[in-house]
Amino acid sequence: MRRYITRRFLLLIPTLLLVSFLVFCIVRIIPGDAVTLMVAEMGFAEDEAELRAFLGLDQSLPRQYVTYMANAVRGDLGTSLWSGEPVMKEIMRRLPLTFRLALMALFWTVLMGIPLGVISALKQDTWLDYLLRSVSVGGLSIPSFWLATLLLVFGAIWFRWVPPLDFIPFREDPIASLSQLVAPSLILSVALSASIMRMTRTMMLEVMREDYIRTARAKGLSEWVVVVRHALANSLIPVMSIMGIQLAFLVGGTVIMESIFVLPGMGKYLLDAITWRDYPVIQGINLFICTSIILINLAIDLLYGFLDPRIRY
Amino acid sequence: MSTKSMDPIASVKPHFLPASAPETIAAPHRHHWLLDIFIQLVKTKPLGAFGGTLVLAMVIMALFAPLIAPHDPNQMHGMQTLVAPGGTYYFGTDALARDLFSRIVYGARVSLAVGLGAVCLSIFLATIIGVLSGYFGGMLDTVVQRFVDAIMSFPWLIIMLTVMSILGPGTGNVILALALAGFAGSSRVIRSAVLGIKHSEYVMAARSIGCKQAAVLLRHILPNVAAPILVLATLGLGNAILAEAALSFLGYGVPPPAPSWGRMLSGDGLDHMLRGPWLVIFPGLAISAAVFGFNMLGDALRDLLDPRLTGGARVNK
Repeated sequence: MRRYITRRFLLLIPTLLLVSFLVFCIVRIIPGDAVTLMVAEMGFAEDEAELRAFLGLDQSLPRQYVTYMANAVRGDLGTSLWSGEPVMKEIMRRLPLTFRLALMALFWTVLMGIPLGVISALKQDTWLDYLLRSVSVGGLSIPSFWLATLLLVFGAIWFRWVPPLDFIPFREDPIASLSQLVAPSLILSVALSASIMRMTRTMMLEVMREDYIRTARAKGLSEWVVVVRHALANSLIPVMSIMGIQLAFLVGGTVIMESIFVLPGMGKYLLDAITWRDYPVIQGINLFICTSIILINLAIDLLYGFLDPRIRY
Repeated sequence: MSTKSMDPIASVKPHFLPASAPETIAAPHRHHWLLDIFIQLVKTKPLGAFGGTLVLAMVIMALFAPLIAPHDPNQMHGMQTLVAPGGTYYFGTDALARDLFSRIVYGARVSLAVGLGAVCLSIFLATIIGVLSGYFGGMLDTVVQRFVDAIMSFPWLIIMLTVMSILGPGTGNVILALALAGFAGSSRVIRSAVLGIKHSEYVMAARSIGCKQAAVLLRHILPNVAAPILVLATLGLGNAILAEAALSFLGYGVPPPAPSWGRMLSGDGLDHMLRGPWLVIFPGLAISAAVFGFNMLGDALRDLLDPRLTGGARVNK
């Protein structure tokens, strides 16, 4: 196990370096000169030389990368061109909201996806299975932004409900703050639940064919115990892995939801930065999100060994 | 020599059949292989066939848009803004008095063109990376897979938004952004398919008789990973249509006045949605139906062409 953890950590280094390299390249691959564009079109600075020095673009490329990485390791992701605030500080200010939104979406996903997957597997090839499978493909096909728009339209027409334009901070009123996240997180969980449902169904069907399930039944255990304690517990490990992969999808979804429901989270910050071409912010958020996703997936991989005693690395 | 006399089935007459019977069972009816797949699809995967029908409807809409659409998609009809759906304007009109039905019909062209372009580019990149990485293995595989790991850690929407912010608006740039967001995941699937067959006896045999590497790759490896590639392309088209719609919704997709389904939901659609709910209902339905069709068809094709990927074998209690 220790050898496996060491190996995974060693493999993490090149992946993180590559991510940082790709992020570093973002500003440098703009067709034409980014600085000219930023001065002429956006008016970021008085003259090009000043902005070039501010962005550190007056140095050689390898030196720029080393400086960028040295700063990033110390938690310095640069400074926003618009607000003049450190990017890391801005991210940390917005992260809790996005984190709560994503966590709530994951909660709904587990609540809906896993039980429906189990039911679909237990009722394989019946009308209920076909219905649930069709609903799951439907869930994957319906755009989340359309569902959110429909909610806004028919919420307003039928129930005279409109989402509040001002976000209530968690510290002021935790209940009211969380209740503002219910609708966007539920919409965000629709597609995620669909893919978790499909994965749970597939894994349950695989596990239900195993000999130990037959043995459990032969021992006279109730169907509930067989399904929950023997089949479901063993099906959930790959499902957890899929959840790790879906994190990247979830982060993308939060950008859309924060934009529609006017939530001041990290996704909305990124979208604003893209609109205003605030490149240090775009770079900083990309590096932060990718590093987080890589580390969370590593944690999930390492959790396998603890959750399933059969897995030995 | 006649064809009939060459037919082995026709020449062996079961003794219990009357003399006229052989004519009816004489030659087995041979269909085109695509028709065979379709017949199998209808018989064994009715939901997949339904998906295929939706896809076919979308393709017909895109190809024959000028014949199907009653109006020019960008033509403004005077003062007839926000007219409710009815006899003259089937899906109503938008805030600029344009016929929404015609815009949705032409929108199929935009979605399909962008989706096909993105999937072709994405699958092309994924096939090159997946086949070379899987077949040669070793250092090349390790280095390439670390790159794939790095790209896969970027959220798809963030890759697309970042690429669009760098390249600026344009249909070609949307296609490039969608392809860059999707090729890494597909290359993993193709690589694992190559890993599964590279030690097969027929590949070994080809190598042992002195086939060049390029010939082994093109004649033996590539045709045998065609099934997962076809499945990836079908599912990828649905995802590309959805991603283009999301990008257009956020204002970074195909530039106006092209009638993009995603863009119809944003801007005017959002501004006037309370006075004209049809502005958000019909474009959303069109996106969902197209993506649903490709997903259902892709799922069914995967079950038919690549049974290893289904994992849904019948449980015998």
